[in-house]
Amino acid sequence: MSNENVIQVERLTKTFGNFTAVNAISFEVKKGEIFGFLGANGAGKTTAMKMLIGISKPTSGEATIAGFDVYKHAEDIKKNIGYMSQKFALYDDLTVKENIAFFGGIYGLSRKIIKEKSKHLIEELGLVDVANKLVGALPLGWKQKLSFSVSLLHNPKIVFLDEPTGGVDPITRRQFWEMIYKAANQGTTVFVTTHYMDEAEYCDRVSIMVNGKIEALDTPKKLKAQFKVEHMNDVFLKLARHTE
Amino acid sequence: MKRFKGFITKEFYHIFRDKRSLFILFGMPIAQIMLFGFAITNEINNVDIAILDHAKDINTTEIINKISASKHFNINQYIEKESDIEAIFKKGKIKAVLNFENDFSKKLVKEHQASIQLITDATDPNTANTISNYLNAILIQYQKEINQDITLNYQIIPQTRMVFNPELKSVYMFVPGVMTIILMLVSAMMTSISITKEKELGTMEILLVSPIKPIQVIVGKVFPYIFLSIINAIIIVTLSLFIFKMPIQGSILLLGLESVLFIITALSLGILISTISETQQTAMMISLMGLMLPVILLSGFIFPISSMPLPLQLISNIIPAKWFIIIIKGIMLKGVGIQFIWKETLILIGMTVFFIVLSVKNYKIRLE
Ligand SMILES: Nc1ncnc2c1ncn2[C@@H]1O[C@H](COP(=O)(O)OP(=O)(O)OP(=O)(O)O)[C@@H](O)[C@H]1O
Ligand SMILES: [Mg+2]
Repeated sequence: MSNENVIQVERLTKTFGNFTAVNAISFEVKKGEIFGFLGANGAGKTTAMKMLIGISKPTSGEATIAGFDVYKHAEDIKKNIGYMSQKFALYDDLTVKENIAFFGGIYGLSRKIIKEKSKHLIEELGLVDVANKLVGALPLGWKQKLSFSVSLLHNPKIVFLDEPTGGVDPITRRQFWEMIYKAANQGTTVFVTTHYMDEAEYCDRVSIMVNGKIEALDTPKKLKAQFKVEHMNDVFLKLARHTE
Repeated sequence: MKRFKGFITKEFYHIFRDKRSLFILFGMPIAQIMLFGFAITNEINNVDIAILDHAKDINTTEIINKISASKHFNINQYIEKESDIEAIFKKGKIKAVLNFENDFSKKLVKEHQASIQLITDATDPNTANTISNYLNAILIQYQKEINQDITLNYQIIPQTRMVFNPELKSVYMFVPGVMTIILMLVSAMMTSISITKEKELGTMEILLVSPIKPIQVIVGKVFPYIFLSIINAIIIVTLSLFIFKMPIQGSILLLGLESVLFIITALSLGILISTISETQQTAMMISLMGLMLPVILLSGFIFPISSMPLPLQLISNIIPAKWFIIIIKGIMLKGVGIQFIWKETLILIGMTVFFIVLSVKNYKIRLE
């Protein structure tokens, strides 16, 4: 992990009408860091993430992603990030191979590179037998792992994962986190939202969002010390109670 | 460009792996044309006709005998003057009248040509057309026979006149109408559904996060449907040529260009619909209620616009299908060139530009 900030956010705000979904959040994320973006349902995690990846215009505030301003250089940001949305978003009616080829293609990878990556990825995920099957037929856990690998196809500097392990079994979740570690070790910055507090422990640093505001931000260890509790879950509960 | 190719490949996978869209794409046009094709019979037997013979000479008698010998026709009545024709048709039994001019034989010898006026009741234009084809065949046959006997070249000129429905409103109107509906359905409804599908599934978001531009996404999604709509138009025209024996009087090239224009109009409507609907269901409802119903009811396809109440007549002006039907009817049935339909063409172009501008505006708002 270096000291270079790849995400820098300053009082970023988003309002829908007179409802403030994201309320002046500020933080930065360092290169190669795994940054956990926690919060209850409706806290504003997805809304914040959408501003960072350039598909939603902030109401006010500043944000720089991979050195590019979200207002002025959204196009440059797009080339440097990967994104896995909260909804499963590969094409169910395309095969595993076709999905990989399609997403590799829209990121401008050459056919040769796509072929190599596709072969490698399919072997690594153990999908050799189903490589020519429609993705719709795969179990959710496999789909999620495939989806994550696809978001890394173009070697992005930062990958944004919105609840990537929602609804999958604990074993698959572990495997998924191994994949995240691997990506981080190779220098990819990981920005991940989650509901699972045990997963918060795997992050280098976490922020906890309540009603659109970041109420706590530090390493899991320091947060637990600060709130004098054993588990991240208790940090979360205390915070929630505190702000109610 | 490479990105674009991959995008289109994917789009075709979507289309060809979805049985429902395949059915709408190719089943519907064929089914519709077949339906209309078979509902209308081309075979005629014992059709009652009347004769108005001003000449009463050898040639006219021979022709009349030939006709009455044919199993297709039954000479029901002889009339004496032109003014009887209208009355006879109004009774409805007689479907055609043959009117031989004065001094038929004399003219045939002297001027080598004489004419027969063939008047048909075109309330049922398909039958009228078949009748005139059969009668023409008999006349041509007769002409060949007399030309063999005498070496001179005689010519009998049949002049066809349709009464009551000179523009062939009902049956032939179905082909332009069906074509319009199908192109609308495929282009507007299918594209709006396929775009909203990406929104609903969340893949649109992934596409928007990627470096591919929104305009490329839209063009990529629309392109396959341009291609498929053109194929559809070709299928429809080909089938109607064979089943309806529908003549295409005007330029095929012009027909093709105008069809492409209408396809683009419909696609831009489809894009517009997709910008205002979040789910496939909504897109389908808007397409059906907002596009198909007006096309069927207000475009002049089934109900003649001229007999609509004034407010509906005014509304019909904002329906692109109305203008397209006028255009292709003109080209197919009347054989007119661009100089007669440039106004309608301009209206369609104007509408298309309007829809595209509106979509672009809406699309931007959506991304906020
Ligand atoms: N386009 C929008 N218009 C109006 N309100 C919105 C819009 N998008 C989100 N919101 C509201 O903003 C709030 C935050 O939503 P967001 O999806 O960011 O929450 P989240 O933290 O991602 O929750 P979850 O864990 O359920 O995914 C919610 O109350 C939501 O209803
Ligand atoms: Mg969310």
